[in-house]
Amino acid sequence: MTVPEGTFAAVVGPSGCGKSTLTRLVAGLMTPDEGEVWLHGERVKGPRNTVGMAFQNPVLLEWRTILDNVILPLEIVAPRMPRKDREARAMELLEMVGLVGFENKRPSELSGGMRQRASLCRSLVHKPDVLIMDEPFGALDAFTREDLWQTMRDLRAAEPFTAVLITHDLRESVFLGDQVIVLSGRPARTQYVMDVDLPADRTLDVLFTPKAADMLHVLRDQIKIAQGREVDH
Amino acid sequence: MFSKIATPIIAIIVFLGLWELLVWANGWPNFKMASPSDLPPAFWKYRELFLEMGWQTLWRTVVGLFLAVIVGTVIGMIIGFSRIARDALYPLLIGFNAIPKATLVPVISLLFIGQHDFNTVLMAFMISFFPIAVSVGIGLSTLEPEYRDILRALGASKATIFWKIALPKTLPEFFGALKVSATLAFIGTNLVEIVSPHGRGLGALFKSGETNGDYPLMFAVLIALAFLGIVLYYAVIFLERIFAGWADREAT
Repeated sequence: MTVPEGTFAAVVGPSGCGKSTLTRLVAGLMTPDEGEVWLHGERVKGPRNTVGMAFQNPVLLEWRTILDNVILPLEIVAPRMPRKDREARAMELLEMVGLVGFENKRPSELSGGMRQRASLCRSLVHKPDVLIMDEPFGALDAFTREDLWQTMRDLRAAEPFTAVLITHDLRESVFLGDQVIVLSGRPARTQYVMDVDLPADRTLDVLFTPKAADMLHVLRDQIKIAQGREVDH
Repeated sequence: MFSKIATPIIAIIVFLGLWELLVWANGWPNFKMASPSDLPPAFWKYRELFLEMGWQTLWRTVVGLFLAVIVGTVIGMIIGFSRIARDALYPLLIGFNAIPKATLVPVISLLFIGQHDFNTVLMAFMISFFPIAVSVGIGLSTLEPEYRDILRALGASKATIFWKIALPKTLPEFFGALKVSATLAFIGTNLVEIVSPHGRGLGALFKSGETNGDYPLMFAVLIALAFLGIVLYYAVIFLERIFAGWADREAT
């Protein structure tokens, strides 16, 4: 599979097919037994600081404030950056996700959705080329999840990054993706690629159009095939 | 705030009252069971000895505990980070911890003959490092991989991951163990002071009370030990507030 620079790829597939493994391969946390991963014309051989990661669990550090949590990657990637600049960069992102006023709170004082917003800010604070997300909205309730989709859309408009999103939610993949990649069951292969032909500034309403319904239908059938089931129409 | 201080004080007064009542109701003489009212005279009579011996017990306990923190943390790091070390060391550690430490007193007093301060510190250390080693080890080995990955994905070194994530994340467990170890260390110190008397520490004072049949003195020593234990415990709580206060969630 190929993800063109600056685009958003949503990866769906039956559970246990290796989607999380895929994120770890792209991040350089694992090396492939076979095959190769390339980023920007360079083969991935190990972790690189031009990658941002977000997980289903926000993994915020309880002993740090929200602001200091967001700053964390800068401490690694840009150790000489002045504290003031780090804070300014973090605040810029916190403002985009609507967390201004919460920067001095601890993670335990925030709701699940807010924590996940902070986690997204942390994965973007060092301006990564690639953002890898492993079901970041999976543990949220349906309405919070839709809010986060819109936040994600706005972040994308403001920050230039290539995104790979692992998800179980077909509506999510259509709403956020420029392309949706369906993986087959074990051993996972690229089974189907759909180009999402919807406007970049899409709203949630787009999910209720016949065009989106058709796309979701096709994807649903592809998942059934990936699960090894009959498509019954 | 008021109730935070008043509640334990009232509880202590009630406890002393019940104790006094128990001794009075049974008509026990002093040589069977001292009552709280016998204690102030005992403390006053031996006030200089209490200060001197109490200080000896306290500093040797604190030094032993300090060693336990260092060695326990190092062992915890070894078993927390290396599977092989964990498999190899756990049976040894548990076996060592299972040995009643009283049986080791003659061994170490023979090994380091006459080194009373050293022996006492050593025993306080030996009895108290285990909880620290185990809790640090568990804290490190159960660190969720995602916590490591958020820094590892950026190419951070193992040392950076340890300082920024693993160590602070283990602190609440560490302090939990330190509270247990602080009281255990007193047991270690007194074990040596009582079993291998050398005229130092509250344990020796206890022993002399026993020899002279001075029961109020013996009970006074026990109370003094309890007092020192409480002081050290709250010192640990104080440190915990500073270094791991974030783990304390407000009651909802």
